[in-house]
Amino acid sequence: MLEFRKDIFADERDDNLIEIGQPTQRQDILGHVTGTSPYYDDHRFANLLHLKILRSPHAHARIRSIDDSAAARAPGVKRIIRAADVPVNLNTLLSLIQFGKDDEPSLASDFVRYKGEPILGIVASSERAALEALALVRVDYDQLPAVFDVEEALKPGAPSVNATYPKNTFEYYGKYDHQKLRFGEVEAAFKEADIVVEDRYQMSPIEHAPTETNGSIAVPDTNGRLIVYTSTQALFFSLDTSAKINAIQSNQLHFIGGTVGGGFGGKVDTLTEPLVILAARLIGAPVRYRFSRHEEMQYGSPRGAERIYVKDGIMKDGRIVARKVRAYFDSGAYTRLSSYAVVKCVAHIPGPYTIPNVHADVYCVFTNRTPATAMRGFGVTALDFALECQMDKLAVAVGMDPLEFRILNSYRDGDMKAHRREAKNCALIECAQVAAEKANWPIRDEFRRMSSRQGGGPARTGGGADRTRAPAIAPAVAPPTAVPQRVAYERPAAAAAPPSPPPRSASPPPPAAPSSGSTHGAPRFSSVFGTRRR
Amino acid sequence: MKTPIQFQLNGEDVAAFSDSGSNLLDVLRESIGDLTVKGGCWQGTCGTCTVLVDGAPRLSCVTLAEACAGKSIETVAGLRRGADLHPLQNAFMEHFAAQCGYCTPGMLMAAKALLDRNPNPTRENVVDALCGNICRCTGYEPIIQAVLDAARSDNRRRA
Repeated sequence: MLEFRKDIFADERDDNLIEIGQPTQRQDILGHVTGTSPYYDDHRFANLLHLKILRSPHAHARIRSIDDSAAARAPGVKRIIRAADVPVNLNTLLSLIQFGKDDEPSLASDFVRYKGEPILGIVASSERAALEALALVRVDYDQLPAVFDVEEALKPGAPSVNATYPKNTFEYYGKYDHQKLRFGEVEAAFKEADIVVEDRYQMSPIEHAPTETNGSIAVPDTNGRLIVYTSTQALFFSLDTSAKINAIQSNQLHFIGGTVGGGFGGKVDTLTEPLVILAARLIGAPVRYRFSRHEEMQYGSPRGAERIYVKDGIMKDGRIVARKVRAYFDSGAYTRLSSYAVVKCVAHIPGPYTIPNVHADVYCVFTNRTPATAMRGFGVTALDFALECQMDKLAVAVGMDPLEFRILNSYRDGDMKAHRREAKNCALIECAQVAAEKANWPIRDEFRRMSSRQGGGPARTGGGADRTRAPAIAPAVAPPTAVPQRVAYERPAAAAAPPSPPPRSASPPPPAAPSSGSTHGAPRFSSVFGTRRR
Repeated sequence: MKTPIQFQLNGEDVAAFSDSGSNLLDVLRESIGDLTVKGGCWQGTCGTCTVLVDGAPRLSCVTLAEACAGKSIETVAGLRRGADLHPLQNAFMEHFAAQCGYCTPGMLMAAKALLDRNPNPTRENVVDALCGNICRCTGYEPIIQAVLDAARSDNRRRA
């Protein structure tokens, strides 16, 4: 059951929280247990039509010709939707925030770039009639070499996947093929390190597999607008994307979301709305576009596969002195959100640890695989998988307990991060201490006494940080010194203090801890404005 | 070709005309209008569409509607006991056993089939009864606890 540890950082808040720490009933639970929560497909319309999509059976091919004449004559078929019917048939999701170039058609006309890519839609009086008509469409393909591996895709002569990005890498700021992070001098630090550990980590794509598949229903309204019932996780994002692709004003669309049958990131890509809206506009009748389970698994975008190389230099006393990361995000055939995942990844390197020399190159790579998208911490999750596996290997290499090893290297208040931001409100040490306690995992007293509020400061990375590049951000708290200081864990056992609350001024240099004379109170506690400490 | 079908739904006689070969899920949702039954895979793999046919849990998406003629069908729409919720529904609420709620109707019906024939299930019985129902949100443990708790509370009420 939920336990609220009020003893930790107790001086930073009033003990006046009413809801936090208490179980609270979901507002939608009664609908869930009575089967009456309104999912998008629980709305009923007379004469509802059904849209089904013809998809590419090939990972990479040129479309020579499409013959849909027999399908057009099939029973129940109301309309065939072709690429030429799509008003704006090239889009990228983050164009709404001016990030990246339009690179993905709603319906492919010349090339297909992944297995499952939509080519043509058929609207019919039933799903069955639409599927039977789809089987009558003849597409003549010219198969092309495909590439399914991120590093293969970057080699000279690799098949070019995405016409907008012919070099198979997303372009940052119009000119960079990857995102960089530079802090200190890793190569020099590797030479001085006692041990260097290097490994390769690979994530697989993961399908969200929500029990409710992606889908939407578009219904022409009497005022010229369309009402769209949708499973989307991102209502206004989907609305604006649909307006752009259909070349209509956003205020012509009335999106109704609400209860979503599981999403986990797999329902932000606006996979069904643009075409179902187009179909409803072309026909003037309500149309539903619902993924089958097979479509959800094959065509619904997964978490991206990521390949991550990590090389670390460590000293025998357990300090990590250098971390070098080279990572490749498999975006699939189109950008979707992977360009942003890479930015998140680089922002998370080197993990929650203070390391004076950090070097990272992260690429967003196009391959002939299903386009990847958001999934629960995407960009960060795979990196953490790699880094935490690596942390265990490092602990073994220096003969340290893995938890003590993490506590030793954790961010502390006042540390300078590789991004030249000061670490604030750190709590990893305390989390590790509580985890050790809960798991009956023995850690030594000196590690039990460590605190995020003690022993931190820019001097911990002073030996490696390139100060000339960050004068405005680096706070003038202490002059950088050549010797990394690890005073907290060297504190003699005699200085033992009650573990809770942690001592705040036992060791030099004094951290800029909250002044003990300040009054407690809510005004000091604001996670929104980041003023919890300092 | 439309085929007439009659059966009992939650104790009431119902009739529908459906396309020959329709599955029970489509007939319940599209022809009769019982939207408490949800479709998740339409291929008999996820358990979301579970209903009871003559007391036994059945995957309505792969059950031929015509084969249910004259039988008794139960769905979540008939789970309440008058104005009161079924003990399973109360227990699912108390144990946070629903997150997105989409698998919940199938879970409830699979659990009801278990409790109807075994009022004192073990944990293993519950796991076995729910093994055909996929939940992507909760991680199953709250659901298992809810079913065990519902059995206890229902027995207390009967005692």
